[in-house]
Amino acid sequence: MSILNWTYLFVGLSFSLYLFIAWRVRVKDTQGFYVAGRDVPAYANGMATAADWMSAASFISMAGLISTMGYAGSVYLMGWTGGFVLLALCLAPYLRKMGHYTVPEFIGDRYESDVARVIAIICAVFISFTYVAGQMRGVGVVFSRFLNVDISTGVFIGMFIVFIYATLGGMKGITWTQVAQYWVLITAFLVPTIAISIQLTGHVIPSFGMGATLIEPAVVGQTNFLLNALDGTLTDFGWHAYTEAFEGKWSKFNVFATALTLMVGTAGLPHVIVRFYTVKNVQAARWSAFWALLFISILYLSAPSLASFSRYYMIHTLNGSSAETLPDWFHSWEKTGLILWLDDGDGLVRYSGDQSNEIFRSGKIGTGELESIKNKHQVWLSGDTANGMNGRQLLLDKQLSGPDRDIIMLAAPEMASLSNWIIAFVAAGGLAAALSTASGLLLVISSSIANDLYYRTLNPKASQKNQLLVGRMTIAVAVVIAGYFGLNPPGFVGQVVAFAFGLASASFFPAILLGIFNQRVGTVPAICGMLSGISLTAYYIINCVFLNGDRWTLGMIENGITPEAFGMIGMLVNFAIVFIMTPFFPPPSDRVKAIIQSVRSPEA
Amino acid sequence: MNQTDKPDTLTSIDTSSHKINNYWKKNLKIMSALLFCWFFFSLGCGVLWVDYLNQYTIPGTGFKLGFWFAQQGSVIAFVFIVLIYALMMNRADKEANNANLNSK
Repeated sequence: MSILNWTYLFVGLSFSLYLFIAWRVRVKDTQGFYVAGRDVPAYANGMATAADWMSAASFISMAGLISTMGYAGSVYLMGWTGGFVLLALCLAPYLRKMGHYTVPEFIGDRYESDVARVIAIICAVFISFTYVAGQMRGVGVVFSRFLNVDISTGVFIGMFIVFIYATLGGMKGITWTQVAQYWVLITAFLVPTIAISIQLTGHVIPSFGMGATLIEPAVVGQTNFLLNALDGTLTDFGWHAYTEAFEGKWSKFNVFATALTLMVGTAGLPHVIVRFYTVKNVQAARWSAFWALLFISILYLSAPSLASFSRYYMIHTLNGSSAETLPDWFHSWEKTGLILWLDDGDGLVRYSGDQSNEIFRSGKIGTGELESIKNKHQVWLSGDTANGMNGRQLLLDKQLSGPDRDIIMLAAPEMASLSNWIIAFVAAGGLAAALSTASGLLLVISSSIANDLYYRTLNPKASQKNQLLVGRMTIAVAVVIAGYFGLNPPGFVGQVVAFAFGLASASFFPAILLGIFNQRVGTVPAICGMLSGISLTAYYIINCVFLNGDRWTLGMIENGITPEAFGMIGMLVNFAIVFIMTPFFPPPSDRVKAIIQSVRSPEA
Repeated sequence: MNQTDKPDTLTSIDTSSHKINNYWKKNLKIMSALLFCWFFFSLGCGVLWVDYLNQYTIPGTGFKLGFWFAQQGSVIAFVFIVLIYALMMNRADKEANNANLNSK
């Protein structure tokens, strides 16, 4: 059977499974809709949280990011898992004990203010939409490569599936579907990773393979540890060494601050926090945090291995190949524009980190324009410099050197020359990762608007039926908006994600942490803290990313603070403002103090 | 706990809030110890002291020590931290609840 048929089979099977689960656990009340009736077992909640958390970015892009960044890629590994420690120790058990549905609800009740609630709602909705846009793009990429359909058709199918199971089953449907999606995505990730590990190093466990010796060293005379060989090859070809710490904009400060921002941002992400409301008690919330991190760590420990394997593999298979000897995976991915080769005239591929590089990606360039660049490049190669054009220089100027990072994971099974059915299974895995996260986020958007804004703020007398209707309608609207972003992806998805983490760390994390661990902080300081954290972070990121403003060095930071790292500063400012203002404003009411006391006592 | 010889309601409220206080203090102690480990293994070994640790390699592998902490060790440490937290706190919950039952 061909890859295409296998893909239709797996995608069809997995989608029917998701729909079947959604139908089996459909719900009729708000409790089931928002928090799955609070009867999800800890290990199942852990799997669902893992699937919820591991998005298209984790599954498709992360290995590729680490692969190109080397050591600096660790910020994603540490940041996205370390946040879970903060979540498990500082937030989840207490929020569970409070027994609310959502984060804005906690903030609104703890600080006794609708203003605080509305600020939290706006942040939650913004963060969630930022994320959904990324997921929908992931669905589009997978569909266009593996199913040969139009990206828009793919996005429509994805929208339809998410819509059905999110509106039908609410949190309950989403939770049990995510359990299934976890198994699909983790299997799809591990099979090709293990296969490449065995091929290159003979180790079954990728984490051991990464530190092991190569079976066939490509360059005679190098030490045959994979990482040493990779360091050597990369420096030979004009890159920095793979394991070298702190180079370029990734100074020690930026690595530290970015990792911390991602950690704190993860802990403040509404779609992850809300998962801890779905278990039956605090003990189960602690266990489900452990299960979630364990299930996540399986992928996060393998991803850096895959990153180093595929970097090594790619450099050694591409360099020195000619049009005839290029591997098959190159040709199949060339069609998507994620990788392309513009020769310098010698007929041999050179993939390097300097001016002589011949491997590029098409980025946002349309197919028509790309064809004309390729044609002009051919003319230029034949010696007619007047009519032709050096395409390599053009793409270099547009910063499109090297393959698209998404290719690292998606092409991995083909690089390892695995069977067709495994390649197809990876497509199903990528879709599972994107859809599970998208559905969790859509539910957060819906609960923020239907529960917090509509029921708690605008119409407190609304009936359950009425609330459910508003909730389902909000999901419908949110799916359409998310679909729009999937069809017209904003060119700055990467930067916007920095925005989401920066905002989460500058707003939610300090407000929730102080709300639990400090009984003195009152309404006004908390709101001022959140507002100043958010506006400073927003100002810096918008100024740096969209208006090309200068990066602050604060007189000591080499190369300035990167926008991704700025969330840490926003968080510190938030904390500082709250602590300075607190002595001058009244403490919270006795009712709130009683709530804080009850949160701090053991649950019977 | 020999609180049973003091049936006075006022003191029993005092002792129960005292117990909650003890429980909360124990919670804070466990939390800060584990948060220290969290910082030490990730931002410490993986970032702040990575240059120093990279002088050493893990015997028998190609891993430089600092690089290993950044890409593998920190994640492994996180899983254990959360496991230890769940075990210790759930036990503390149980003890606090048993003590409450006994004193009633």
